Order: sequence, then structure tokens, then C-alpha cells
Amino acid sequence: MTATAISLVDVTKAYNGRTVVDRFSFFVKAGECFGLLGPNGAGKSTITRMVLGMTPPDVGKITVLGAPVPAQARLARAGIGVVPQFDDLDQEFTVRENLLVFGRYFNMSTRQIEAVIPSLLEFARLEGKADARAAELSGGMRRRLMLARALINDPQLLILDEPTTGLDPHARHLIWERLRSLLGRGKTILLTTHFMEEAERLCDRLCVLEEGRKIAEGRPQALIDEQIGCQVIEVSGGNPYELQALMNGCAQRIEVSGETLFCYSSTPDQVRLQLRELSDLRLLQRPPNLEDVFLRLTGREMKD
Amino acid sequence: MWESYVAVLPANWLNWTAVWRRNYIAWKKAALVSILGSLGDPMIYLFGLGTGLSVMVGRVEGMSYIAFLATGMVATSAMTASTFETIYAAFARMRDQRSWQAILYTQLTLGDIVIGELVWAATKALLAGTAIATVAAILGYAVWSSILYVVPVIALTGIAFASLAMIVAAIAPNYEYFIFYQTLILTPMLFLSGAVFPVTQLPANVQQVVAFLPLAHSIDLVRPAMFGRPVADVMFHLGVLVLFGVMPFFISTALLRRRLMS
Ligand SMILES: Nc1ncnc2c1ncn2[C@@H]1O[C@H](COP(=O)(O)OP(=O)(O)OP(=O)(O)O)[C@@H](O)[C@H]1O
Ligand SMILES: [Mg+2]
Repeated sequence: MTATAISLVDVTKAYNGRTVVDRFSFFVKAGECFGLLGPNGAGKSTITRMVLGMTPPDVGKITVLGAPVPAQARLARAGIGVVPQFDDLDQEFTVRENLLVFGRYFNMSTRQIEAVIPSLLEFARLEGKADARAAELSGGMRRRLMLARALINDPQLLILDEPTTGLDPHARHLIWERLRSLLGRGKTILLTTHFMEEAERLCDRLCVLEEGRKIAEGRPQALIDEQIGCQVIEVSGGNPYELQALMNGCAQRIEVSGETLFCYSSTPDQVRLQLRELSDLRLLQRPPNLEDVFLRLTGREMKD
Repeated sequence: MWESYVAVLPANWLNWTAVWRRNYIAWKKAALVSILGSLGDPMIYLFGLGTGLSVMVGRVEGMSYIAFLATGMVATSAMTASTFETIYAAFARMRDQRSWQAILYTQLTLGDIVIGELVWAATKALLAGTAIATVAAILGYAVWSSILYVVPVIALTGIAFASLAMIVAAIAPNYEYFIFYQTLILTPMLFLSGAVFPVTQLPANVQQVVAFLPLAHSIDLVRPAMFGRPVADVMFHLGVLVLFGVMPFFISTALLRRRLMS
């Protein structure tokens, strides 16, 4: 096993003259969960496709599991499991058939595949669903089936493109729990997401990107401490620009996004004191998170 | 550029079977409907057109018109079965169902997928063509033993037309596009290749075009064989069909790479 699972060096990709990934570099160590965090269109999927050798970069060097990509992508893919952003299950096939067919794409024999199906179903909490058609499954179940399918070749590296987008909180938590158990088994994960919470919960390190460029990289908590390092009070229900003037004295920084004012302050009590007179406001005090980091670095919110 | 093209060519000789087996599982679920569908059309042609026209036409090239038509239909049904499988079903798997995308995450290459789809389409051609050949034999329009010779020709015809259709599928933006292929290429080919009337009825200069039509070569192999007559230029006709199977494969794979992997 190589110590570096993925390395991208100065990778650039343009579509029709528009640069969508711009001199991007990162590496993923074996056994860690690395996140690519960014809003819609930031280039997350394009990067994962390049890592898989499904899209060649215009410039730059990519190495995955020791193999140069795309030249020897097939070699790398033998040790990779993928959950793509969009559902590509065979809708008319049963859960079992979906797994059977996919195992064959890895040159596994029917006997080999049938030997691993029970443990995959158990892992994905789909034990009772083996003979249900994929089209009949709920969104969360389909996503878990995709995850089970990605594990059929017992990969050491998993590439998950927005694994929980579109799922309800319960289904999302179940996926997160399953991913943590995979990390516990020593798997390496490259995860893309636009959920701050997901990134914070799962990623050892992550990289925040916007319009194909890296704007921050590090451990989630370190990024939050570095970039914010104080309490946040969200104020809504008033004119944010008038409020801003009121609080200038007691806040380190103030950001306005839409109707909401984000007040960053190490003396939150003073902020509350200032606003006490104004009745219609809604205040929410909370510790800082990655959302604040993104707002700070780009001046805008990352919408779910 | 060249290196990345080589990377999408078939990884080995057997990878394609995984794609074929996937399609077989899907087909099995609706096999009866599918068989009736692929047989119905040529049978209706055969009995509707054949019985009606036989009365007026009399004998053609020393055989009854319905027998003449039946032998043409064997090749033609192979053509349509594999073409439709490719431009509708394989296209849907490639574009709408994202099945190909999913396969590209695995140990199969794009070339493996294309071959799997071509062989699958040829399998459906084989079913349709063989069924009609069998009906023709039952009705006494063909020699039973000829079916043995005809089967590989039907399969090869299926591969050639699937391979051509794959180019169309690779560049088609949507399903409407396929109408052009059917009306501008396939239907004229049906009439120019001697399926419904002898090529000798065509003007001399048109007859020269016929030499470039794969369906004509297929019919030249199938028809005499089914009547138990000696087949002329076997190697030449087979060679042309092989060429039509192989050359488009490399073109469609390159086009599909540009479409799916850019
Ligand atoms: N095949 C393509 N042809 C042209 N443009 C493309 C292609 N693929 C991606 N793009 C463009 O590249 C940009 C980045 O897209 P990408 O899908 O990588 O973003 P993303 O971060 O995954 O977004 P999302 O969160 O919406 O999935 C987008 O502007 C997209 O329109
Ligand atoms: Mg994406």
C-alpha cells in the first residue's frame, strides 16, 4: 500500500475555453478522509472524474494508488470504489442483480460475487431488500446500494461524489455512520460535498474550492480557528446595514448575507447588550463552523 | 492523444462478456414481448407483401416471389434488429440510464463496453434472422440444411449493422436524429440491396452503388444458400461484412470517447 493514495499536481482543466479547474494541487494520505468542499459548479465532480481517469487534465500530473492517471487509470481503478453524484443503478434490476452485474465488471466470478453479497447487504442495511427492484427503493436505500456496489471489489480507496445530497437527515446520518465504519477499517476516502456539516464530521482534512481554485486547505477545526476564532451571532429580522453600524464597536468582523447579519465577536455578551433595545430581531449565538470560513473567504454563503 | 485512445480500447478478449450478460439479464425479464416484437414486423411483411405480390409478380430469379422475399427478409431483419437495439436501447443505456458511466468506473474500458453492446445487438439479430429462416424452411421456401450456413452470416450482418449504428448513436444528440438514419440510409438500403426485388432491375449506374451496401453482400450470401444453390464469391462478401464490422468500431469508440470522457 502506498502512503499517498492520491496526488494531484498543478492540474488545470478547461471546457470550451472556460477554466473549470485552475492549477489545482492536493494529496490524500492512505487511511484518511479528504474532502473537497465547494458550491455548485466549483469543479468538484470534474476533479473526481480526473482522479478516475475518466477525463484527462489539460495540464498537470495525477497519480492514484501509485499509477499515473489517465495513462494507467485502469490499474488504479482495480483498487477504487466509486459513488457518483447521480444515480446510475439498473432500475429494473433487483438489489442482488445490481451487485452481481457490477462484480462482473471487475472480472469476479458469479461464485465470488455471491460470496460477498450477504456482507455487502448487511453493511448497507439492505438485508431484507435483496430481491426488491432498485426502482422501488427509497432515496437513502438507493444511495446505500450505490455504496455497497462501490465496495464489491474490496477497494482500498473510495471516491464519493456528494454521497448524501438529496437525503433526509436520518438517511444522511446513516450514511455518515457507515462511512465512519469504513474509515475505521482503514479505507481511504475522497469525498466531495457542499454540506459543511458533512465535511466537519467526516473529513480529517479538506480543501475549500471556488470556481476551480483552492481557497483554503487544512483540518476542519484548524481552518475554523484560523479564519474565525470567535463566537458567531446571527441576526435576522432587521435591516442588516443599519444593525451593522450599531455593532461596529463590539465585533471583530461583520458579514451581511441576504437578510442575515453574521457578527463575529469574542465578546458576544456585549453584542447582545447592544441589540437588547431592538425587539423584532432574532438572535442565534453559536460556535463558528466551516460555513463561516466559506463566507469569510468568498464573501458569500454556500447554499445547500 | 494516441496513448489515451489506446487506453480506451478493449482491455482483453473477454471483458465484453460482462456487458453482454448484463443485457441478457435485462432482456430475460421481458423476453416474450421482445421476441414477438422482433418477429412480428418481418412476418407481417412476409405474409402481407409476399402473398399479395406473388400473385402479380409470379417467379423471380427462378423462385416464387414469396420465397425470394423471405430470403431477403432474413438479412433485412438482422439489419433492423441490430440497428434498433443499438440506436435505441444501447443509446438509452449510454445517455439516459448512465449505465456506461457506471461501467467506466470498473475494470472495463469503453472499447469493452462497445464490443459487448455490438455482440449483444448481433445476438438479437441472430434471434430475429434465424426465426425467419426457420419459418421459411418450415413453409418449404428454403432448404433445412442451409440454416447452418446462414446462421453465421446473420450474426455477422448483425455485427456490421450494429457497428455502423454505433457511429450514429455516438454522434446523435437525441432520438429524433435516428429518424434520419432510418429514412436516409436504412430504408433506401433495403430497396437497393435486392431484398424486395432483384438488383438487376436497377439502372446500371445505381447497381454500382450496390456494391458498397453491406445488406447487399449479406443477401448475396443468404439467398442462394437458402435455395441450396452454390454461393459465389463467399470470401469477398464475408470480407466486406467483416470490414463493416471492424472499421466503424474504431471510429465509434473514438467518437464515444470524445463524448463521454472529455
Ligand atoms: N463535459 C462538460 N462540458 C462542458 N462543461 C462542463 C462539463 N463538465 C463540467 N462542466 C462545467 O464545469 C464546471 C464545474 O462542474 P462540476 O460538475 O465539476 O462542478 P461541481 O463542483 O461538481 O458542481 P455540483 O455541486 O453542481 O455537482 C461547471 O461550470 C460545469 O458547467
Ligand atoms: Mg458535482
